[in-house]
Amino acid sequence: MKLTKRSDTVSKDEKQLGISRRAFMRNSSIAAAGGAVGVGMFAPGMMKKAEAKSVDPESPVEIKRTICSHCSVGCGIYAEVQEGVWTGQEPAFDHPFNAGGHCAKGAALREHGHGAKRLKYPMKLVNGKWIKMSWETALEEVSQQVLKIREESGPDSVYWLGSAKHNNEQAYLFRKMVSMWGTNNVDHQARICHSTTVAGVANTWGYGAMTNSLNDMHNCKSILFIGSNPAEAHPVAMQHILIAKEKNSCKIVVADPRRTRTAAKADHYVSLRPGSDVAFVWGVLYHVFKNEWEDKEFIHQRVYGMEEVRAEVAKWTPAEVERVSGVPEAEVYETAKLLSENRPGCVVWCMGGTQHTTGNNNTRAYCILELALGNMGKSGGGANIFRGHDNVQGATDFGVLSDNLPGYYGLSEGAWKHWAGVWDVDYEWLKNRFDQKDYRGKLPMNHAGIPVSRWIDGVLENKDNIEQNDNIRAMFYWGHAVNSQTRGPEMRTAMGKLDMMVIVDPYPGVAAVMNGRTDNVYLLPATTQFETTGSVTATNRSIQWRDKVIEPLFESKPDHEIMYLLMKKLGLADQVFKHIEVKNNQPVIEDITREYNKGMWTIGYTGQSPERLKAHQKNWHTFHKTTLEGEGGVANGETYGLPWPCWGTPEMKHPGTHILYDTSKPVALGGGNFRARFGVERDGESLLAVDSYSKDCELEGGFPEFSAKLLKQLGWWDELTADEKLKAEGKNWKTDVSGGIQRVAIKHGCIPFGNAKARAVVWTFPDAVPIHREPLYTPRRDLVADYPTWNDSEAMFRLPTLYKSIQDKDVSGEYPIILTSGRLVEYEGGGDETRSNPWLAELQQEMFVEVNPKDANDLGFRDGEMVWVEGPEKGRIHVKAMVTRRVKPGLAFLPFHFGGYFQGEDLRGNYPEGSTPYVSGESANVVTTYGYDPVTQMQETKVTLCKIFKA
Amino acid sequence: MASMKFLCDSKRCIECNGCVTACKNENDDALEWGIQRRRVVTLNDGEPGESSISVACMHCTDAPCMAVCPADCFERTEDGIVLHDKDLCIGCGYCLFACPFGAPQFPKQDAFGERGKMDKCTFCAGGPNVEDGSAEEKEKYGANRIAEGKLPMCASLCSTKALLAGDASKISDVYAERVVARGAKNAGWASTADLSYDASKPQES
Repeated sequence: MKLTKRSDTVSKDEKQLGISRRAFMRNSSIAAAGGAVGVGMFAPGMMKKAEAKSVDPESPVEIKRTICSHCSVGCGIYAEVQEGVWTGQEPAFDHPFNAGGHCAKGAALREHGHGAKRLKYPMKLVNGKWIKMSWETALEEVSQQVLKIREESGPDSVYWLGSAKHNNEQAYLFRKMVSMWGTNNVDHQARICHSTTVAGVANTWGYGAMTNSLNDMHNCKSILFIGSNPAEAHPVAMQHILIAKEKNSCKIVVADPRRTRTAAKADHYVSLRPGSDVAFVWGVLYHVFKNEWEDKEFIHQRVYGMEEVRAEVAKWTPAEVERVSGVPEAEVYETAKLLSENRPGCVVWCMGGTQHTTGNNNTRAYCILELALGNMGKSGGGANIFRGHDNVQGATDFGVLSDNLPGYYGLSEGAWKHWAGVWDVDYEWLKNRFDQKDYRGKLPMNHAGIPVSRWIDGVLENKDNIEQNDNIRAMFYWGHAVNSQTRGPEMRTAMGKLDMMVIVDPYPGVAAVMNGRTDNVYLLPATTQFETTGSVTATNRSIQWRDKVIEPLFESKPDHEIMYLLMKKLGLADQVFKHIEVKNNQPVIEDITREYNKGMWTIGYTGQSPERLKAHQKNWHTFHKTTLEGEGGVANGETYGLPWPCWGTPEMKHPGTHILYDTSKPVALGGGNFRARFGVERDGESLLAVDSYSKDCELEGGFPEFSAKLLKQLGWWDELTADEKLKAEGKNWKTDVSGGIQRVAIKHGCIPFGNAKARAVVWTFPDAVPIHREPLYTPRRDLVADYPTWNDSEAMFRLPTLYKSIQDKDVSGEYPIILTSGRLVEYEGGGDETRSNPWLAELQQEMFVEVNPKDANDLGFRDGEMVWVEGPEKGRIHVKAMVTRRVKPGLAFLPFHFGGYFQGEDLRGNYPEGSTPYVSGESANVVTTYGYDPVTQMQETKVTLCKIFKA
Repeated sequence: MASMKFLCDSKRCIECNGCVTACKNENDDALEWGIQRRRVVTLNDGEPGESSISVACMHCTDAPCMAVCPADCFERTEDGIVLHDKDLCIGCGYCLFACPFGAPQFPKQDAFGERGKMDKCTFCAGGPNVEDGSAEEKEKYGANRIAEGKLPMCASLCSTKALLAGDASKISDVYAERVVARGAKNAGWASTADLSYDASKPQES
């Protein structure tokens, strides 16, 4: 209960008497006492009260439809606007995702219309003081500096850190802009969120996204949450989960080191040691195989390589599973039995599974479990990966990533040529924007840039060891909370070494205050998504249109306008905006949508024209709340938000794909099958599906992906129009910009990407079959010999990457407690936005560490006392102890949303005047340590070690 | 004539605090830092049997606050909503001692810790003796959704539809339907054996 996390906390021990009226009353009076502090803290907020009062209550009310900008559930909102002021927020009972419901963040959304703590105008740090400046001067100075760095060190020395808070159009424009600048040093939060999911899942069956929807979870008979805590991270998802539980007797299994609030709603709770997911999942599969609970028919038809998995699983006897994960046989067996007896079921995972050095192994293990149970491609089943930020799915899809172009086209010459064609720019010109030298045979244009998780090393590493010309010298933090990244102390060093920092954000954020610099930091005020319009992709791949609720507050500008102004300064505006109209310095959002519609063939972002998206938004009440299907009206038969893939051109009217790989429907109505992405055979064995195909498919069995050549072989080529033939010649379903190949394939019931088996063995990854590997910092030295990590690597994503040399050092004597981290419902991400919202800040006023009573007693501190938490890389934080059995002995938990203090130092004075959030605290990621997934460079935030001692 | 009530379905409540910020959002003009008309209480926090419930003024039919108020500032509307008149309130705090739910809140605006006027949940029905929907009502009591034909914001925005608000007979029907759908013991607040339960012991979930 949140109240116990405050300074005047009620002791946990007393609370064991049960919450009594007395305890509640005491908390009430604490709240009143808090008012004394509050008055002072609230003073700047008076401004907004004056604003609100100036609106005549009788003035006409305009209703705007928008989407919550916190998590990816995509909750709809009716915003009431009077005289340009956001005066009211009404529940959207008719919205298909949330039916009016909101968590603390969504219910407090209207505060964005006040924004008292926002960054109000461009500023620059000079001699340790923030100086106000004009947009014109700020952009002129920033662009002169980046051009100078480009001249001296090449384009790769400027890093473009984008955001999951961009809408789709801004995200696409961001990648396009950076591409024309000439670098792949661009990334965003997806890298440290679900990158291991996208890589692991896409490499298993085709696409790396949530396969079903929250609404479809009504049909689940069982749900396994592993490393996911929707009660705090995706609260409105719980609406759907509890409906499944109540109406469908869905069994809920929660596997998590902490007894989370989601666990409180579980039928079966399993506590595993952090970092032992593969061991646990193989333990579950051990019982599935032993009892022959697997779906043999499904595996035969649609899965490749399950035998190799079986061989690995056989090693995971109940005794070994217990030795590694700490879960006793009975609990593992119960999990296997519940999931097997209650099908279809789905698995849900989030950061608890992904943010590990072994993240790609974890995500594939979860997929394999679902494949073995035959849960994929059906209603009530699936791999329901809940994404984090509101548009992290969209920003991923649009390639705000160092290793991809929009639509996961990769970085090959063919990919660049495809996009150069869509952008209508000369490929040679584009190529020459990049550094032409190669580094160990790798050209910067065609090899992944430095990921966001490693920008620190891009600054600090000896430049001779980096596969680019020079270190990173300037950073754009364009909507990024730096305290969501590990290795805080080294980050501060890196910030100190940079030539320049540019922060583009509605709030100054932790980057503005922790850098230890006195000069050359720019703050450029961006708007929130409520001050502009555009589309946003929810976790289930549905795309929703947002109305503009209010005009930009203060002097802030929307991201796409800032991009335009900056590109003008850099002399690139003519190329970037060649086919995008710019009105009053604002690129027209719909033009951007139409442009990406012309290029995003790989994942079917082609059918969602602005007109169709707006029609769905205006008619969201016409969609069924379980099937998401439009019942009559303008979107009859379409799935809400046209979830991708929405094949072909908008004129084709594809309804979107509610459930991926669902063979029970024709492709034209959202059906499909696993993707043929990994060739058609391996070691002489076919990878194509056997006797399984989507409904009405004319090819009754597996087939490779569609190309001009395949169309000709099938004798379907002449069904293309003359114009389509011209564009499709020599192309495939991904590169044919006419959409003709997709159209004809779908006409014959065939999904354009082919029909293959999912692969349980990813032979291109470091571990073809997922195996357990001990975390880099592990207290279980006895397991290191049996389950060692990988060897150090000379270069991953341009940088040397360490594994073994870190694991080999035994620090478990000095740092005996496992440290993990996670979320609180009131805050989001690095938290500067939500901690600046008084309605939320009031609910979580202090940073804390959860410690089991046994550890607290052994270490000699009590609930509510201040302690130091120190990690093995010597980062330490000064926080309040919350003694609770939510964590087991030997495990500590930190929420990661706080900032404003740094290793005991109060940084609040570093914020520009009037912009210090209401609540500040130490950042968890000052303590977290080195460790990156070898496939995606995901950071390790879920397992490290620490020591805790009384302050 | 309705009898307005809140009912929090503890099987649905996930302690997301949406109801708390919804209340803040809607009644912003009348509230300040530290005053929360609604809050979520959790039993067995972090332990087996963890259970949460959202609590505010329960708009009692025989309201103890009303019975003890020396200034007689309370009134019960014909919809069964307990309102209080801030012009009459003397900030004595008797109502807080009488209230079984800890609903009354007191701002501490003045020197020497003097109690300000009591504030509590109005069922989003504003206050007595002011014009419905007027600026004065908004500033003193917050929103008057009832006058607009809408239910309280907290229940309207509840993430999992745990918190129900409305006429007692209607919300008890909704709740009864859920209990029937769940069809199991412990589907309601607690099984009958638990009616006088010992909260120090973990409850069966």
